[in-house]
Amino acid sequence: MGSSTGFEAANPDRLRTPPPLLALHGVSKRFRGPDGRAHTALDAVDLTVAPGRFCVLIGPTGCGKSTILSMIAGLARPSEGSILIDGRPVLGGDPRTGFMFQNDAVFPWKTVLSNVMAGPRFRGVPKREAAELARDWLRRVGLSGFETYFPYQLSGGMRKRVALAQTLINNPQILLMDEPFSGLDAQTRQIMSEELLGLWEQLGASVLMVTHDLEEAIALADTVVVLTAGPATVKKEFTVDLPRPRRVREVRFQPRFVELHEQIWSCLSEEVSLAYARATTSP
Amino acid sequence: MPALRPPRERSRQDAAAERESKHVTARPRVRHRVVIIGVQVALLVGALGIWQALASTHTIDVFFYGDPAGTWRQLLDWIHGGTTEGPLWQQIWVTLQEALLGFVIGVVLGVVCGIVLGRVKLLSEILAVYIGAFNSIPRIVLGSIFIIWFGLGMQSKIALAVLLIFFNVFFNAFQGAREVDGGLIANAKLLGASRLDVILQVVVPSAFSWIIASLRVAFGLAITGSVVGEMLGAQQGLGTLISQAQGNFNPNGVYAGLVVTTIVALAAEGLITVVERRLLRWRPPRHALEAET
Repeated sequence: MGSSTGFEAANPDRLRTPPPLLALHGVSKRFRGPDGRAHTALDAVDLTVAPGRFCVLIGPTGCGKSTILSMIAGLARPSEGSILIDGRPVLGGDPRTGFMFQNDAVFPWKTVLSNVMAGPRFRGVPKREAAELARDWLRRVGLSGFETYFPYQLSGGMRKRVALAQTLINNPQILLMDEPFSGLDAQTRQIMSEELLGLWEQLGASVLMVTHDLEEAIALADTVVVLTAGPATVKKEFTVDLPRPRRVREVRFQPRFVELHEQIWSCLSEEVSLAYARATTSP
Repeated sequence: MPALRPPRERSRQDAAAERESKHVTARPRVRHRVVIIGVQVALLVGALGIWQALASTHTIDVFFYGDPAGTWRQLLDWIHGGTTEGPLWQQIWVTLQEALLGFVIGVVLGVVCGIVLGRVKLLSEILAVYIGAFNSIPRIVLGSIFIIWFGLGMQSKIALAVLLIFFNVFFNAFQGAREVDGGLIANAKLLGASRLDVILQVVVPSAFSWIIASLRVAFGLAITGSVVGEMLGAQQGLGTLISQAQGNFNPNGVYAGLVVTTIVALAAEGLITVVERRLLRWRPPRHALEAET
């Protein structure tokens, strides 16, 4: 399987890039299954993300992509290996990371404004200051005027914006996103991707995003990392050299996009069919 | 009683007509409500009427079964002449105080214990056996021991009310604290919440929809606790009135005591509904939910 040496050889200019903001070295994760046998979800994953880069992890469903994110966020511990942010190991609930969940985890009992204020308030920012900051973020995500609404009164896309503002207001160095736009219809998804790119270009934070949508991955990322079917390990890393700023809706018609899509898909499709075969034949 | 009916209905209709003139589109709904309330009043009046008719024609023995007119007279007598224990308002106030204090203490204890045990798995595993055992004791019987411990005053009634409420609220809070969405807790932690923040800002509000459901029942139980406590032994309160009426073979007195107790309980429930609406503002309104699903 794709070892670390394999993909470093594929990226000879790695040595010239700035030191990584996020580095995973030989990270493995084993769970004890219901039958008592150890089940390996991740096997010696090596991964680095340079400051300000947008990195997308893609792989077949159930390969352990989300596990990688929760370990970086400090919600779970690796069984082996180390995870370093800025050269220091991660702590439980690391303040340097922001996490956007698959199903938007906004607090249903808080208004939109209080939801966005939550981060700064938890971190001890005075109420008035936090509210001001939150209003500013709501403006940036296009939700001015919805401050007093409760999440149930918003559409799916608007709730994602609240979640985005809630995460970004903490000014994370690394934004972890676990299929953040799943559950949205195709058009809203595109709009949200585009807005995410706009915000990211202003912020300069690194992004590590998990998705199983290859088009979305290429449209957004600087690097697309293909993972193998479980146990997951890095199969191959692709550099997306499409120019920025990108228009998500238009970029997919560029010949380079189509070319990359073909390359990455041929790499990914083997894993997808392997995972599918396992899922359909296992008892 | 029947004399009450026409003016009451008329005033309802007036109110309905007013609403109708303001919101023309709401007319069918208003008419629907008028019909519902009309039938509800008719059912009550009918039932009381049959009872009164049976009593007046001596089909049933008024000495044992009482009658609505007698109950009404008894109520008026209490209101104007006071009870043997003092003014009626004082009796209501005593019972209400016991119920309210019992309610507050019972709810606070239940919520705190429920949330702590709901979040600390080890503790709940250790204590589960005892809680289950305690819960299966017919608790109302402990009222007798409370009277021995705390005497005839208010404390013994409050203790009984607390005991009745506690488990009800506890189990709801416990369940609520367990069912908190793990994603929300993770999100709060990642946003920088301390353990206390997580409890106060995620677990408690999330468990609150469970807790509030238990509060309605809890207030009813608080009143039950204080009234039963008074019946077991007291010098003041609605329960005392009821048990004295029982001792005097006065069924109308028992009914009158019940009517007053019911009114107090309904008023309290109305208050809880208002509080509930305010606190659960963040939830979609129920009719909207039904329309969606």
